[in-house]
Amino acid sequence: MAQTTVTSDALAARAGGGRMKFLVGGLLIIAAIVYLVATSLQSTAQYFFTVQEVQSKGASVVGKNLRVSGAVLGDTIAFDPGTLTVSFTMADVSNDTKAIEAAGGLAEALHQAAADPNAARVKVVYVGPKPDLLKNEAQAIVTGKLGQDGVFYADELLLKCPTRYEESVPAQSTGN
Amino acid sequence: MIANLGFFALVLALACAAYATGMAVLSVPQRKPAWLASAHRAALLTWPLLTLASLCLIFLLVTDHYEIGYVSHVTSRAMPMYLKITAWWGGQAGSLLFWSWLMSTFAGAAMLRKWDRDYSLMPYVIAVTMITVGFFVGLVVLFENPFGRLWQIGGGEPFTAMLQPAGAAPFVAADGNGLNPLLRHPGMIIHPPMLYLGFVSFVIPYAFAMAALITRRTDDEWIRTTRRWTLVGWLFLSLGLILGGRWAYDVLGWGGYWGWDPVENAAFLPWLTATAFLHSVMIQEKRGMLKKWNLVLIILTYALVIFGTFLTRSGVLSSVHAFAQSAIGPAFFTFIGLTFIVSLTLLFREWDHLKSEHQMDSLLSRESAFLLNNLLFMGIAASVFWGTVFPMISELATGQKISVGPPFYNRVAGPQFAALVLLMGIGPLMAWRKASPKQLGRMLLIPSVAAILVVGALLILGIRSWGALLGFGIVTLATLTTLIEFGRGTRARMRSTGENAWAAFTTLVARNRRRYGGYIIHLAVVLMTIGIIGSNFFQKETQGRLKLGEQLTLGRYVMTYDGLDEFNTNDDRLVARATISVYRDGRLVGQLHPRRDYFVSSQQPMTIPGVRSTVEDDFYVLLVDWEPIAANGATFKVYLNPLVNWLWFGGLVFILGTLIAAWPDAERERRRAPIAVGVRV
Repeated sequence: MAQTTVTSDALAARAGGGRMKFLVGGLLIIAAIVYLVATSLQSTAQYFFTVQEVQSKGASVVGKNLRVSGAVLGDTIAFDPGTLTVSFTMADVSNDTKAIEAAGGLAEALHQAAADPNAARVKVVYVGPKPDLLKNEAQAIVTGKLGQDGVFYADELLLKCPTRYEESVPAQSTGN
Repeated sequence: MIANLGFFALVLALACAAYATGMAVLSVPQRKPAWLASAHRAALLTWPLLTLASLCLIFLLVTDHYEIGYVSHVTSRAMPMYLKITAWWGGQAGSLLFWSWLMSTFAGAAMLRKWDRDYSLMPYVIAVTMITVGFFVGLVVLFENPFGRLWQIGGGEPFTAMLQPAGAAPFVAADGNGLNPLLRHPGMIIHPPMLYLGFVSFVIPYAFAMAALITRRTDDEWIRTTRRWTLVGWLFLSLGLILGGRWAYDVLGWGGYWGWDPVENAAFLPWLTATAFLHSVMIQEKRGMLKKWNLVLIILTYALVIFGTFLTRSGVLSSVHAFAQSAIGPAFFTFIGLTFIVSLTLLFREWDHLKSEHQMDSLLSRESAFLLNNLLFMGIAASVFWGTVFPMISELATGQKISVGPPFYNRVAGPQFAALVLLMGIGPLMAWRKASPKQLGRMLLIPSVAAILVVGALLILGIRSWGALLGFGIVTLATLTTLIEFGRGTRARMRSTGENAWAAFTTLVARNRRRYGGYIIHLAVVLMTIGIIGSNFFQKETQGRLKLGEQLTLGRYVMTYDGLDEFNTNDDRLVARATISVYRDGRLVGQLHPRRDYFVSSQQPMTIPGVRSTVEDDFYVLLVDWEPIAANGATFKVYLNPLVNWLWFGGLVFILGTLIAAWPDAERERRRAPIAVGVRV
């Protein structure tokens, strides 16, 4: 009788030890995955900012992945077909849907921003073909990085002409 | 008239679903089999009703009834007939109706199966499927009615309503807006139905799982039914994902096939959990282990299916796929929350009954390989889920919107997928319970040496990306171990039966469809991995503005710009089509016609690449911009996508393997039949 108890205890202990191995192994793998997710998130996260926010944060956001939207100033658009370099300056537009609607719609908000000499501004440089929609008071959504020189180097350039989308505020303007 | 009939059918279907649910659940405590029979009939009736509603909608779509809001929204006179039919699922309201119809089709198919042995599960299978059907039909009836008419008050904007509002006059649009041009592609016509089929077929296994939990019949009977249905759903979902990738490659014009877009992720997530389930269910069948875990996977898959539909339909995340913002978001959220709470409560109630029949014996065993496989699939699912919902969470928590793009997913999922492919090579060699390290080492010897040789050869060829080297090494190992498995089985058969190699091989696969179908899927995964490694690590791109006769070089290819035509088509497109000649190593290999279609009425451009496709690589040219006078020049963007065709070919093999694995086993059914009869007698 005593013998049996000992054996089953030993069996239970062995099974427990086996469980432990699996538990430790599983936790190690889970920890590795969590670590992978956390570090990747840090290095690849993309922050949505307005031009105003980019200006006020300045050096602290240099080198981070940013997504910024603003109103294109027509006079500043330049294109070099040889190097396929597009550059322009854009002015601050609110990223708050309600504020845009209060201003009388996106077209009006863009118009006001472009006309306001006190609005925050940033110069954008993009290498690629010049998009058809790049014109005065268009909404530009750029993703890329802010350089040390205060110029925004865009990897991606999206444009919206609000007159075509009168019905609603384009999703991008709210940073979706 | 037809619109009213369609709407009436919808309301009746909703009533039937509600009635079936109530009667099915009540029939058990009331002990009234007649009530259950009535519930059964009502559940079956939802299908003809929803079919009628769908036919009404299709009739309205193809006969240009532009007084109907949905019709004028998604079709136009210029659209060909087949596109008008596919407009059934081209917009929000119609696609929800389509979803409901498919769901009731699958529910009906499940109802009509032979119930003899698991009759007690039926009330709850009816309840779960009918609640799901009812939820979707309810959304259509209450929020997204495709049969709503257009009305106008004074000279105001037309709006949609079912009944005539006070002071409103009927409004008939002269022509419709037309289907979103991006959806006018063969891949797009098949891709959504496939995804929806995959989604709805996952509801059936969930219904059986819930029924098993409620009736406390969590023996192995339900798991067989569940596995079969999961495999069906998995087949369609895989097909949908592959077709979606092909569509993106052909139409979206960015040189890729998978962008980790929230909606792509939404379809990918249930696929991941279902794949985990299809693997871990084998442990339950063989060893009676992981019963709780399998139920968790089924519940998760169902929740992710509804979550996926929610992501696409609610506009909570904007993406190429998302329909406009709508009121159905909160309804979805409540539904997901409720089903999750109820399912988990049922699961915890049964927790003690779902004990494992065995313990894990050894770290080096088939069981632990499956366990690791599940851990990795869940790891990928959790990472992808986190990335998908992160923008919402960050905005809620900090007010700062932060999103993650493809680089995040590639970094997170890449290593986990690599580990999975490696495991795919080693796992099938491991014995159940306890594998001997010595024997395992012997079986892995040749594949490992070959993998090292391949990596060495690639190093000599000048490939320095360690990710690609590791990837190709793992792929070599997994391919060889799988092929050796086929070889071993075939040789054993040849020895024992004296058949020739081909006969031995085919009977081997035919007799063990599940196992060898699975291995064929593994080989397909290897092929697809090769395509993914090639196109991810070695993609090259360039762009340039060319005048007539000028050339652009990329890798071993040179292209020259020969000309440009602009013309109108009779289906409302303004087409700009460039002609370019492609030279490889200085030899002319063909002409391509990248083009830009501009859909005049919807003001939407669509860029269609010109592609020269070979086993080795795809030369993929996009027409980005052009001058009105062709001689002044046009801008092209060019991608070189190495090995990308392996992905598509692997996709075909994948589907073939799944069909083999899922094909009903005629012989076994015949053997089982007399037993079933015996039981009934």
